[in-house]
Amino acid sequence: MISIDHYLLLSLALLVIGVAGALARRNLIVTLMSVELILNAVNINLVAFSREWGNVNGQVFAVFLIGCEAAEAVVSVGIVLAVFRGRKTVLADEMDLLKW
Amino acid sequence: MLLNSIFFYFFSAIAVVSAVLTVTRRSPFHSAVFLVVALIATGGIFLQLQADFLFAMQLLVSAAGVVVLFVFAATPTNQKSPRRALRFSRYRIVAIVFAIVFAGEVMIAIFAGSKSLYLPAAANLPARNTAALGDVLFAQYLLPLEMASLLLVVALIGGIAALNRRVA
Repeated sequence: MISIDHYLLLSLALLVIGVAGALARRNLIVTLMSVELILNAVNINLVAFSREWGNVNGQVFAVFLIGCEAAEAVVSVGIVLAVFRGRKTVLADEMDLLKW
Repeated sequence: MLLNSIFFYFFSAIAVVSAVLTVTRRSPFHSAVFLVVALIATGGIFLQLQADFLFAMQLLVSAAGVVVLFVFAATPTNQKSPRRALRFSRYRIVAIVFAIVFAGEVMIAIFAGSKSLYLPAAANLPARNTAALGDVLFAQYLLPLEMASLLLVVALIGGIAALNRRVA
């Protein structure tokens, strides 16, 4: 029998992989993919609790989260491409214009 | 019940393994492929939780739309030179340590609070709950839904504006 703890641990695993990827990778595109993994981990939690407590509201929030995910991806990819046009790099540690 | 458990472990193993591959592959295109696999496996978890509509939305929006956007962004920015070959930044030790500490902390929270998570179920969700989801979404959450659609339009315009040379 699958309890809610199983879903929480799966979600935690995906969240931690996403956080480590977002912090450690240099390529900003892969960083955005890691953020996508983090948002999916949150979605698993919402849907699992929706099933556990017999309340459909968790799924509603998951729907909104997928919408926000798409909006976030569009805007952040736009920003990354705009930065690439100016600085000719997508590597996070080469964007050091403000660091003296 | 047994089939349910097999589904859960199957999809979660695929999700975790391909998530690890997503953050460790050198090429952003390989990362994108493994991200698609991870997202579809997450959709399988949704299906196992009987959230059919979210499974469809996960496939259509996350696995199809967003990843295609990432691939489009990775295509012009993919440069190959030995100086750029390093995958991880020099703060990777900090990232790993932070992730492990964070995971331990959340695990303590899960196992300490595990007893209090079992609220009595308010009502049993039916197996096909897309209609119930629609009822709640278009009655109780109508204003947030409209705001979400407005957010998507603003994001569309913002994405175009950020890439428009004359505006930016």
